[in-house]
Amino acid sequence: MLDSDAYTDRVAEILEAHRGLEGPLLPILHAIQHAFGHVPDSAIPQIAAALTLSKAEVHGVVSFYHDFRDAPAGKHVIKLCRAESCQTMGADAVAERIKKALGVDWHGTTADGRVTLEPVFCLGLCACGPAAMVDGRLVGRVDESLVAEVAK
Amino acid sequence: MKIYVPLDSAAVALGADALVTAITSEAARRGVAVEVVRNGSRGMIWLEPLVEVASAAGRLGFGPMTLADVPGLFGDLTTHPKAIGLVEDHPWMRGQTRLTFARVGVVDPLSLDDYRAHGGLVGLDRAKSMTKAQIVTEVTDSGLRGRGGAGFPTGIKWRTVSEAAADQKYIVCNADEGDSATFADRMLMEGDPFTLIEGMAIAGLACGATKGYVYIRSEYPVAIRVMSQAVTIARAAGVLGAAFDMEIRVGAGAYVCGEETSLLNSLEGKRGVVRAKPPLPALQGFMGRPTVVNNVISLASVPVIMAKGAQHYRDFGLGRSRGTIPLQIAGNVKHGGLYECAFGLTLGQIVNDIGGGTASGRPVKAVQVGGPLGAWFPPSLFDTPFGYEEFAGKDGLIGHAGLTIADDTIDMLTMARFAMEFCAIESCGKCTPCRIGSTRGVETLDRLARGDSSAMPILTDLCNTMKLGSLCALGGFTPYPVMSAITHFPDDFARAKEAAE
Ligand SMILES: Cc1cc2nc3c(=O)[nH]c(=O)nc-3n(C[C@H](O)[C@H](O)[C@H](O)COP(=O)(O)O)c2cc1C
Ligand code: FES
Repeated sequence: MLDSDAYTDRVAEILEAHRGLEGPLLPILHAIQHAFGHVPDSAIPQIAAALTLSKAEVHGVVSFYHDFRDAPAGKHVIKLCRAESCQTMGADAVAERIKKALGVDWHGTTADGRVTLEPVFCLGLCACGPAAMVDGRLVGRVDESLVAEVAK
Repeated sequence: MKIYVPLDSAAVALGADALVTAITSEAARRGVAVEVVRNGSRGMIWLEPLVEVASAAGRLGFGPMTLADVPGLFGDLTTHPKAIGLVEDHPWMRGQTRLTFARVGVVDPLSLDDYRAHGGLVGLDRAKSMTKAQIVTEVTDSGLRGRGGAGFPTGIKWRTVSEAAADQKYIVCNADEGDSATFADRMLMEGDPFTLIEGMAIAGLACGATKGYVYIRSEYPVAIRVMSQAVTIARAAGVLGAAFDMEIRVGAGAYVCGEETSLLNSLEGKRGVVRAKPPLPALQGFMGRPTVVNNVISLASVPVIMAKGAQHYRDFGLGRSRGTIPLQIAGNVKHGGLYECAFGLTLGQIVNDIGGGTASGRPVKAVQVGGPLGAWFPPSLFDTPFGYEEFAGKDGLIGHAGLTIADDTIDMLTMARFAMEFCAIESCGKCTPCRIGSTRGVETLDRLARGDSSAMPILTDLCNTMKLGSLCALGGFTPYPVMSAITHFPDDFARAKEAAE
């Protein structure tokens, strides 16, 4: 865990690296989430000050987008596609079985903090569904064996 | 030995990366020198991972490959269990007219030399010898219409931006591709990124814009990586530079950011809320400046139009739908993938002849055309020819040309409910019919599911309100999947009633 000075320094570095971009806020938020695994509340005033925005504006942007989290996720993140093409290949049933195996609902994290389960609407793998993304890795034709793989 | 293993997301999702490792170590073990090229996908997703081996006769295909099939690549190729013969001769490939996707799957996506050797940059070179107005006329004459969904003529949009006076103008490529059943943008960016770069550079010349952005959804990590590398390569080679340069930007998981004004807000670092029009983005777009917002496929079709001429492109097609369209055949389908052909095939030809029917082997019940905002078509409408006006005439749309095929186990009330739920999750919240109507829609469909048929007139009325009162097509078109399900599959709505009685 970084102490608060280290946080501030890292955020400052990220802000510096994005100077001169047109519309830098999304790239900045992605970089912060990449660095910390989430967008810490404590970073918001610092971002706001650097971009001459209000804290509310920055918070409004962070909360608008599904990708940005205000708290860290589990060690592994499974994103399961819920969209139509995957549904026609049984994505709903697979999702139910995965939820049961993990003991969580959508957006939930297992009690041991190992796995977070999230819905995603299309990964562009619609001709080889049901599709998933596990820690950024794409997987086609998934079934519940995915859970055992992640637990390894 | 030269071996091609796709870097395309679908191939990777089905194990392509592990195949590369296995091929390299098998080659090392045998002391054979191999060069592995990571190409794009040919679009035959049911054969992915499709590995190709270069031979004197052409490229031999093997798929779907598993790790166990790797040693066989070093033996007698004619008896390999996964051999499909020469890839170019495969009926799926031969049936196509590949204009926009001519190089996808063929070239090394990150080799500018390969790109040039396959006709790349001819269009840009020609554009450089023309005036802005001439380029715009060429694109207008080609009949190219926006492939992002709305089908607006690309040349006319460009003319507006070209004729606008401003110190800075922009070309923004919409690579948000959020619709289920669509992956043409992804495949193009992963398999032939320089085509998009060339198309945007031509747009820049035509409009007097020196700066471009590609807004790629975050769900596409491979496309983001390949496009970013391609931009760096193009810049180093002087294809991009002072006259026109571009940046790759990454979305953050909001479907509505595919809507052009929401996308522009997002690019500016704001909430992805839809803007009221006017002003048109063509006049006041990114940073309030004149901006072309075009879909990946619209822009990537420009190089071939400039290289071969407007007439060549417009000679393909049907009615007011000119040129070719990359069909994306998905869902419960035997032969799913990307198939580029002239407009005009019937829906039935696409689903049954090209797609080969369902993967499950059960009868096709419904096909959703055009993503989550598109209508569901029953087999009785399979004679509808694939074209903008033809689909509009059947209360549908072609959208980004994605098709979700479903077998007879699908329940259309469930799908109608999903459409409303999706709209509720993804609504930007700016307008009431979309923000609140979608949630009321879910509740009303739940009433129908419980057998309360008095909810039907309310649902129809709600759909009308959303259609007429929403600010953009998210709320405005969500009624398409809902109403088409009710119209064409009334049994699925009556069954709930019977069950309740
Ligand atoms: C909710 C919504 C989502 C959209 N998503 C996309 C998208 O992902 N990609 C796209 O090119 N167009 C999308 N569009 C259409 C765009 O608003 C716009 O029409 C298009 O980018 C214009 O480019 P084109 O003329 O080249 O098609 C969407 C529209 C709406 C209402
Ligand atoms: S619908 Fe699931 S990947 Fe596209």
